[in-house]
Amino acid sequence: MSEKVLMKGNEAIAEAAILAGCRHYFGYPITPQTEVAAYMAKKMPKIGGTFLQAESEIAAINMVYGVASAGLRVMTSSSSPGISLKGEGLSYLAGADLPALVVNVQRGGPGLGGIQPSQSDYFQATRGGGHGDYHMIVLAPASVQEMAELTVKGFELADTYRMTSMILADGTMGQMMEPVALDLEVKPMPAKPWATTGTGMKRPHNIVNSLFLQPEELEKTNFERYARYKTIEENEARYEEYRMEDAEIAVVAFGIAARVSKNAVDEARRQGIKAGLIRPITLWPFPKAPFAKALTHVKSMISVELSMGQMIEDVKLATDCRVPVTLCNRVGGMIPSPDLVLDAILKQAKGGN
Amino acid sequence: MVVFQKPHALTDTPFHYCPGCTHGIIHRLVAEVLDELGIEGEAIGIAPVGCSVMAYNYFNCDMIEAAHGRAPAVATGVKRADPTKVVFTYQGDGDLASIGMAETVHAAARNENITVIFINNAIYGMTGGQMAPTSLPGQVTQTSPYGRDVKACGYPIKVCEMLSELDGAEYLERVTVNSVPNIRKAKKAIKKAFQNQIDGKGFSLVEVISSCPTNWGMTPQAALKWIDEKMIPYYPLGVYKDRSAEKEAQV
Repeated sequence: MSEKVLMKGNEAIAEAAILAGCRHYFGYPITPQTEVAAYMAKKMPKIGGTFLQAESEIAAINMVYGVASAGLRVMTSSSSPGISLKGEGLSYLAGADLPALVVNVQRGGPGLGGIQPSQSDYFQATRGGGHGDYHMIVLAPASVQEMAELTVKGFELADTYRMTSMILADGTMGQMMEPVALDLEVKPMPAKPWATTGTGMKRPHNIVNSLFLQPEELEKTNFERYARYKTIEENEARYEEYRMEDAEIAVVAFGIAARVSKNAVDEARRQGIKAGLIRPITLWPFPKAPFAKALTHVKSMISVELSMGQMIEDVKLATDCRVPVTLCNRVGGMIPSPDLVLDAILKQAKGGN
Repeated sequence: MVVFQKPHALTDTPFHYCPGCTHGIIHRLVAEVLDELGIEGEAIGIAPVGCSVMAYNYFNCDMIEAAHGRAPAVATGVKRADPTKVVFTYQGDGDLASIGMAETVHAAARNENITVIFINNAIYGMTGGQMAPTSLPGQVTQTSPYGRDVKACGYPIKVCEMLSELDGAEYLERVTVNSVPNIRKAKKAIKKAFQNQIDGKGFSLVEVISSCPTNWGMTPQAALKWIDEKMIPYYPLGVYKDRSAEKEAQV
């Protein structure tokens, strides 16, 4: 068994990024993701890497754009309001097909909101976040171990598909401490012949660009990108099923909401109610397979979220609205308790809505 | 005998610039410098948003198209990724001095070892002639149809003067390209701005006072004259900062 170290979720992300070969980090202070930057500030100078506190989130994401253009693994992290500022850069990264890792340790919104945990950037993350037709691969960890593992996975997926991976965590995931095994497998980085590293007078110049003034050409780039997205939807959806084999009530939750929901499912089972949990690990692509399977025996679903009901739309789409889906939520930095989720399950068990 | 030819660092793609626009001259000067310093193969250029957005098609070196105003931040990333490369941005006045001012100031403050070619023609050209941060007081543009009213829209920003207050910046010079002697001086400044980077001296910016006959509503000749009569009195040419020269003078 591998040795485990006690770490905060934010620190686990930073350490895993370094293990994945990331040597360039650009950030701007914002709660509750500060530990990522602090960790990088300590570590990067000692391993020949770059830690740079940018003048803004906008500058940070564009520095990411620069390193990504040069073909190296690079990341930035922020929290909700800061991610909004990065929206422009996220769209440009997508338009130029550049791989990068972006971490959003979500806090309550809208506006300046609060600094307590939230999942209310679900739409922003899963629908792209900036202007234009595009997606990011969105990974939702539910433990400190997963914060580390999905960070490595995020870099690998970003490189494989030439796009941004986003770790969509929340304040709880970022701040809580758990034992982590850091013997993570890291696959070698693929070749990047498209990178702007200087021609060396040996090849035609490479251009990293998202401008296509000819509509036919721009349409083609969009079609090609979405063909790639289709491959991702077919191959990269990840999820966990918990006590779903014979479940009649399926709780759907990710991140901290899934941790809470697991307790509620266990208690419901103790009371003789056939409850189970579907935990999407990729929020984009949203995993469809467990829902198709669940429809053969599940009678209703409950979407547990730290938002006013965002993932619930994907749950309804994944089930073609064939079973009723209700929302169980707290917002503004509040976290649903296991009792709140249990109450929602009991209500469904009694046939209520 | 060949007496004059296109620099190798320029591609064969025809420029899209309007007749009389000085972007073509400045592109050529940058390309000549890339040739003369033998750095085309190591160079990575960052194009802006604005008239020179398609500069990535004109330079033979690797090129990156940045978001509006963000070229210095992108250049920072590229340079940090491999400090042995020669990284330059090519930006207009709206890009550098309006939407990208924060990126410009902070790249200079960090003494980021990059070269910035800043084209100041006192107008937004690509979008059809709107008021720029460098439009002169009283200058008529599409968005200042009665002339730039400094009470309502403030005063033009003098970039070299402003950046010269920063301890970080290495070299700041303002030149123009409205005559042959001025073009020669401009080339000298651009070459120095690249040589500084090669020598590891840091942030070097050359502001080139440029013309926009189309949006100024003038003939190319009248536009070049307008540079002398209106632009240069407001934006005096010269070296605003040369830290290495200052240090040598002190010794």
